[in-house]
Amino acid sequence: MLRLLAAAPDGLGVADLGNALGLAKTTVHGILRTLHQVGFVEQDHSGAHYHLSDAFGRLGESYLDPNELRSRAINWADSLASRSGEVVRVGRLVEGKVVVVHHVFRPDDSDQDLDVGTTLPPHACALGKAVLAFDTSGAARPRKLEAFTTRTIVDPTRLAEELASVRAREWAAEFEEHTVELAGIAAPIRGLGGLVVGAVGLTGRIERICDSRLRHRPDLVSMVRATAEAIGRDLREDN
Amino acid sequence: MAERYVAAVDQGTNSSRCILFDRRGRLVSVAQREHRQLFPRPGWVEHDAEEIWRNVTRVVPAAVRQIGAEPSQIVAIGITNQRETSLLWDRATGRPIGNAVVWQDTRTDRLVTELAGDEGPDRFQDLCGLPLTTYFSAPRLRWMLDHTPGLRQRAERGEVLFGTMETWLIWNFTGGANGGLHVTDVTNASRTMLMNIETLEWDDQLLEAFDVPRAVLPEIRPSSGVFATATEVLPGVRIGAALGDQQAALFGQTCFSAGEAKCTYGTGSFLLLHTGQEIVRSKHGMLTTVAYQIGDEPASYALEGSMAVTGSLVQWFRDGLGLIHTAAEIETLARTVEDNGGAYIVPAFSGLFAPHWRSEARGVIAGLTGYITKGHLARAVLEATGFQTLEVVDAMNADSGIALTALKVDGGMTANNLLMQFLADLLDVRVVRPMVTETVSLGAAYAAGLAVGYWPDLEGLRSNWHRAGQWLPHMDPARRETEYANWKAAVQRTFNWIRPDQ
Repeated sequence: MLRLLAAAPDGLGVADLGNALGLAKTTVHGILRTLHQVGFVEQDHSGAHYHLSDAFGRLGESYLDPNELRSRAINWADSLASRSGEVVRVGRLVEGKVVVVHHVFRPDDSDQDLDVGTTLPPHACALGKAVLAFDTSGAARPRKLEAFTTRTIVDPTRLAEELASVRAREWAAEFEEHTVELAGIAAPIRGLGGLVVGAVGLTGRIERICDSRLRHRPDLVSMVRATAEAIGRDLREDN
Repeated sequence: MAERYVAAVDQGTNSSRCILFDRRGRLVSVAQREHRQLFPRPGWVEHDAEEIWRNVTRVVPAAVRQIGAEPSQIVAIGITNQRETSLLWDRATGRPIGNAVVWQDTRTDRLVTELAGDEGPDRFQDLCGLPLTTYFSAPRLRWMLDHTPGLRQRAERGEVLFGTMETWLIWNFTGGANGGLHVTDVTNASRTMLMNIETLEWDDQLLEAFDVPRAVLPEIRPSSGVFATATEVLPGVRIGAALGDQQAALFGQTCFSAGEAKCTYGTGSFLLLHTGQEIVRSKHGMLTTVAYQIGDEPASYALEGSMAVTGSLVQWFRDGLGLIHTAAEIETLARTVEDNGGAYIVPAFSGLFAPHWRSEARGVIAGLTGYITKGHLARAVLEATGFQTLEVVDAMNADSGIALTALKVDGGMTANNLLMQFLADLLDVRVVRPMVTETVSLGAAYAAGLAVGYWPDLEGLRSNWHRAGQWLPHMDPARRETEYANWKAAVQRTFNWIRPDQ
């Protein structure tokens, strides 16, 4: 079906595709719907013709523009910062590092500097673990794990276990692994086709992020997860 | 008790949205629908008002549903709207008479020149605070009355109603042809050229000058105050506010005192400076406008610098030139180069707004050489917004005698870090983004919530404002001067492109 669409600059209708492939209309419809959902196929204005989208030709690139990610995330990230009272960042994995794509100040009007464009070590922060857990390139996984505090995970086996638990519960925790006295919570953002395109998370002092038994507060965890879900929904719907 | 919310309905140029806010002014849900932009002839821009109302009837319930709320949890509706877009409809049937004529439409070009006559475009400025241009509603209303056979007679008999978009929405929210309320607010009325800026009433002299029958005009109300109780969409919920979108943004940024300013970066961009209860008359191309009026308190005023083409230049770069796929990608493309390479784009697509007000100007790309790549053009596109802001700030400083020390920004383009940094560099002031970028909707929600007692007072609203990001100036002053001089030279080249005989 993709070959046929690629060869038809004006696009093809459901009947054209069904005839050419010897498939029932409903089958063609189902496949087209899936291809449309993942952004490989677009419909013309009338809705009658389908053609390949240019996303298909850019498969190898990280197909979500980081500035696009920020513009989709901005409202939800603001809302998270304002509800949680903490610093919020959106990050994505680039060449083995987490690059901060968006940064919202802690809403207390204290002096803070924007750190958009700076990088974080993925194994030592919640934002990083939330994206590393779903990374399939392998190349992105750091070989040598640098220690930032005594709590940084430096043993690859332990990191693998940690990432497995992130996958299982769909959020990542940070507890003094990057900076002493700071904790964090992050969740993966799933774009088109459910692919993880980045993560959103908050960071703050341990006594605010964790409860008296030093567990990450469940209310903050659900806020972060709901924010990641809202950003993901925005990314998936408008394509 | 279940949490209660205020619903803001933002009827914008490209879409209609409904956003719910909670008591701390935090955004809790958003629903949006775009409507078609109709371009029947060059320079003409129209919207289908029925399509817009249909969209509103869908986005409001969608926003309420999104958080699983009941309509009874909505305490008030605040309406904000694209300003100056003008519509006539039939009082008996509720059907629009033709499409709404949008603020960007320049069909009244010749009419405006005729009306200016020997006295020039500033002839009504003392009365209404505005210069004669195609931007405002009165020339548009006059054009519609002149160009539809029999309409003027029907209008004089009171069979036809005029309104900007908030008037159309309130009329429909309150039953439309079945007893709909025909009202506007002081901020929207202040953009028609028909309201006296001091008395806040329709002005006989202006009505006569534009030859507009009083019978078509809505009643003018304060911006914040209960207009009516909705019977459609959210039956039983009170409509607590209506404000033009830019005034709503000023309100949402909690600029409640003289000297406070904000700039909203959207399709066009608008810098508003609160001038208190004083009417400041500009000598440098700024508009004098009503900022808001709360209940029976005296109105607050503002000076406004309007830039017609900012975000829409990015849209043109995307849709007209096809060099990017999404608006946000312009930043990625612009970052492929270090600077503008000597290229400047002056987007005088339908003339230049503040501070020049040259309707005969048309856009240019200046400084084009073989060296220029699409990356340089992307920079020039973003920088055009920065330079236009600088021109407005310069003019505003001259009019008000107060130098701006920080700029509060909002709107979609504030997601663009390259532009925000360029603004700080060029203006040489701190640029500050608040926690809620959707200040237009927030302002409408605030004004509506105040009217029904959801929020007690302005001070309470101020405490909701928090800084979400800020950019500090770093540019070398010499470079700033050279860049600005280049921009000014480029602007000169846009003048007198459309000649009177064309």
